[in-house]
Amino acid sequence: MGLLSRKATCNTHGQDSSYFLGWQEYEKNPYNEVNNPNGIIQMGLAENQLCLDLLEPWLMKNPDALGLKRDGISIFKELALFQDYNGFPAFKRALVDFMGEIRGNKVSFDPNHVVLTAGATSANETLMFCLADQGDAFLLPTPYYPGFDRDLRWRTGVEIVPIHCTSSNGFKVTLPAIEQAYRQAQKRKLRVKGFLVTNPSNPLGTTMARDELDLLINFIEDKQIHLISDEIYSGTVFTSPSFVSVMEVLKDRNLDQTQVWERVHIVYSLSKDLGLPGFRVGAIYSNDPVVVSAATKMSSFGLVSSQTQYLLSAMLLDKKFTKEYMSENHKRLQKQQKDLVSGLEKAGIRCLNSNAGLFCWVDMRHLLKSNTFEAEMELWQKIVYHVKINISPGSSCHCIEPGWFRVCFANMSESTLKLAIQRLKSFVSSIGMKSQSHQELKSLRRKARNNWVFRLSLQSFYDREQDTTTKVSFSYRPHFMSLSNIAATLDAAA
Amino acid sequence: MLSSKASSNCHGQDSLYFLGWQVYEKNPFHEVENPTGIIQMGLAENQLSFDLVESWLRKNPDVMGLKNKDGESVFRDLALFQDYHGMPAFKNELVEYMAKIRGNKVKFDPNNLVLAAGATSANETLIFCLADPGDAILLPTPSYAGDLKWRTGVEIVPIHCSSSNGFRISMFALEEAYERAQKLNLKVKGVLITNPSNPLGTTMTKDELQSLITFAIDKDIHLISDEVFSGTVFDSPCFISIMEAAMDSNLKRNTDVLSRIHIVYSLSKDLGLPGFRVGMIYSNNQTVVSAATKMSSFGLVSSQTQYLLSYMLANKKFTSNYMKRNQKRLKKRKEMLVSGLKKSGINCLKSNAGLFCWVDMRHLLCSNTFEAETDLWKKILCEVGLNISPGSSFHCSQPGWFRVCFANMNQSTLQVALRRIKDFVERSSFNYQQNGGSLSRKLISNWVRKLSSADREEQER
Repeated sequence: MGLLSRKATCNTHGQDSSYFLGWQEYEKNPYNEVNNPNGIIQMGLAENQLCLDLLEPWLMKNPDALGLKRDGISIFKELALFQDYNGFPAFKRALVDFMGEIRGNKVSFDPNHVVLTAGATSANETLMFCLADQGDAFLLPTPYYPGFDRDLRWRTGVEIVPIHCTSSNGFKVTLPAIEQAYRQAQKRKLRVKGFLVTNPSNPLGTTMARDELDLLINFIEDKQIHLISDEIYSGTVFTSPSFVSVMEVLKDRNLDQTQVWERVHIVYSLSKDLGLPGFRVGAIYSNDPVVVSAATKMSSFGLVSSQTQYLLSAMLLDKKFTKEYMSENHKRLQKQQKDLVSGLEKAGIRCLNSNAGLFCWVDMRHLLKSNTFEAEMELWQKIVYHVKINISPGSSCHCIEPGWFRVCFANMSESTLKLAIQRLKSFVSSIGMKSQSHQELKSLRRKARNNWVFRLSLQSFYDREQDTTTKVSFSYRPHFMSLSNIAATLDAAA
Repeated sequence: MLSSKASSNCHGQDSLYFLGWQVYEKNPFHEVENPTGIIQMGLAENQLSFDLVESWLRKNPDVMGLKNKDGESVFRDLALFQDYHGMPAFKNELVEYMAKIRGNKVKFDPNNLVLAAGATSANETLIFCLADPGDAILLPTPSYAGDLKWRTGVEIVPIHCSSSNGFRISMFALEEAYERAQKLNLKVKGVLITNPSNPLGTTMTKDELQSLITFAIDKDIHLISDEVFSGTVFDSPCFISIMEAAMDSNLKRNTDVLSRIHIVYSLSKDLGLPGFRVGMIYSNNQTVVSAATKMSSFGLVSSQTQYLLSYMLANKKFTSNYMKRNQKRLKKRKEMLVSGLKKSGINCLKSNAGLFCWVDMRHLLCSNTFEAETDLWKKILCEVGLNISPGSSFHCSQPGWFRVCFANMNQSTLQVALRRIKDFVERSSFNYQQNGGSLSRKLISNWVRKLSSADREEQER
């Protein structure tokens, strides 16, 4: 039989990673409050399910939006035929207004610079096709969304070179880390075309500070490369510091009429803040007319259904509604996040201080048997199989420090979240770490302790010390085991 | 600075096909508001049967309102549904509908169906699965290649077909194309056919399909059959899908024949819903299904749309009625175009499907060249006010053929278009008569020209 392409037969789609495997395990035994109370609770899915109840009444009050009517008259035919890749004008106008609102109206967007795509997945890939050739590289701060390995690399042939961030400074991007990544790319003979950052960050749940954005802007100015800012979580910023978009920083620095202005591109989508991933609404925003033109034509490969464009243009044009929605959305996200953070704290588990997103970046390093990724995998498997919670191990996000996990909170009810926290609490006490607070561990690390203190903590202390003194190679390496290994281990754990 | 893809223009968007579109947009015909505007005959859309769909929608308001049979809102479930395997109910209905179009002579398994945002996305995804950059895909001309090359990096090698045999794919042409690819050091990965053909409007015979399958087996390559127009077959011979041809016992002996055949389909042409972006790939090759499913992440179908259409297609009475009436209307409209053109001395290729005719205007060219074809095209666009698609935009190897669409306008508009063509032809033939009536390139003396222009003035008075 005729050979298939390399793309069809390789695994650059990355779907053999633990991120997706945990998902699969959940699918086999999903938690349900009534029907399956002992099932696996899905905390690996970054979805916002907290405010769908706010959208439904709006739909009832505005039947024309779903009914594809304008002033009571059916415009079905017009929409059924509308396949213009320039997008529904009213929708693009409503979308840029909404984007402006999210940024406190400190920046305004031009609808002619927007390209609609079937979700941010499509937007990110399209941008890669526009900005890079096969074999070029983009630099991404770690930890990053596991899906990028597929979205940015698979069909484009573009490489990702990680900018390693660590807990030493709250995983913020630093100049040495950027320079190290850039040098690494050069060593691998890869032409660096730019940065891609997610702001607010997935999986950290933090927004980037102005100085971080300045760093990136200075670097792209100097090296004449691009900056893609994936801002799909911009509508989920629920507490201070407020969200600062890269566009705002450029404007404040009076760079908005310069060349660097044309090398900064934003990706947005309605999947995270409005909680509508099923409707496939993504967007690229760029000030470079060549990028807009090429991306617009490429969007033919993933246009947004006109039926959906019409529905959402009506919804976003209702400014009163969107304002109320966003305010309530932030409130609920904040509460849910607080519940998770405080609940975990009672179990002796700390989270990275976060102000956005649909998840927390959780520090379980003290629960590892050793400061290794094997130990992280072991812990993860225990949590999936015995604690029955699917969370995402840091290694799947290319974190270089073992022991961090992304735990989602916005895709479940309050009671489910309570149950999950309870399960984790029981788990932690069962492995005798209840008394071991994070504070104590920190002081242990600071002083040199004798072997007899706590076997577990000391082992991890030694391993961490080794890590910081050894020059670890920052070359990109998959932090997950091959599919067959994982499958075998999971089977054994079951 | 940018990628080579962004800076190149091999996305083919600068061809005359799109240029004509642009000119039309500046001066579009409207029966009342702009009766002298340009009539769009370059758009292969089916606007003849919306009333049937709209009537169904009026009877089923809950489906648009995202409510289920019990009147409960399913909005929440749909808002969150982003599974790249697609909505099971929708895929079940799609495979049944596809089988119905094929007279139920083949059956499809919903697990082998991959949804995509339109056939454009489906075709590109299939190419990504079957070929690497630099590989070649053979494509019979004339055909609509879309943007297959752009991001996939494949080379398109044409299989030259000609009017000598009604533009059918001959084994000779197929072998010739394959050899040409090899001489260029290109690895051929497959053949892509459109059946029914765009722009020809014809369906392939069983023999043709089986020859192609034999060729694919022989060369160890794939066969993609783009069957997006399968629901527009309005006349005999009836439609034979590649899948049906492959079921022949002789070919079935080769056990992996089915794993090298892939179908592309969409709801844009027969149901007339291009705006809703519903396309699909059908393949018996599990590796292709698996890879294509993951790739569909880059172009999923909106769950809102999947829901609406799953209900519509589930109504078998509706689909039967729609298919029957739609095909009748297409046939009637096509016959109107063909007979109207005939009255102007213009012949069309005999066709039984599609939303267009393949029209022979070779006799209207002042020379048998593509320059002359472009000149004629410009005249028809700017002077006659009709946007039709020149054969060169479909890579036809013979100048003088044009694709003329008929299903995207009402009857009176088509009549206006036919009248305009008639007037144009009469003006042109009057000139030719005065000039010796031949297509030869001999010089025309001044006094003949003067005479003809004087006579023309007389006529217009």
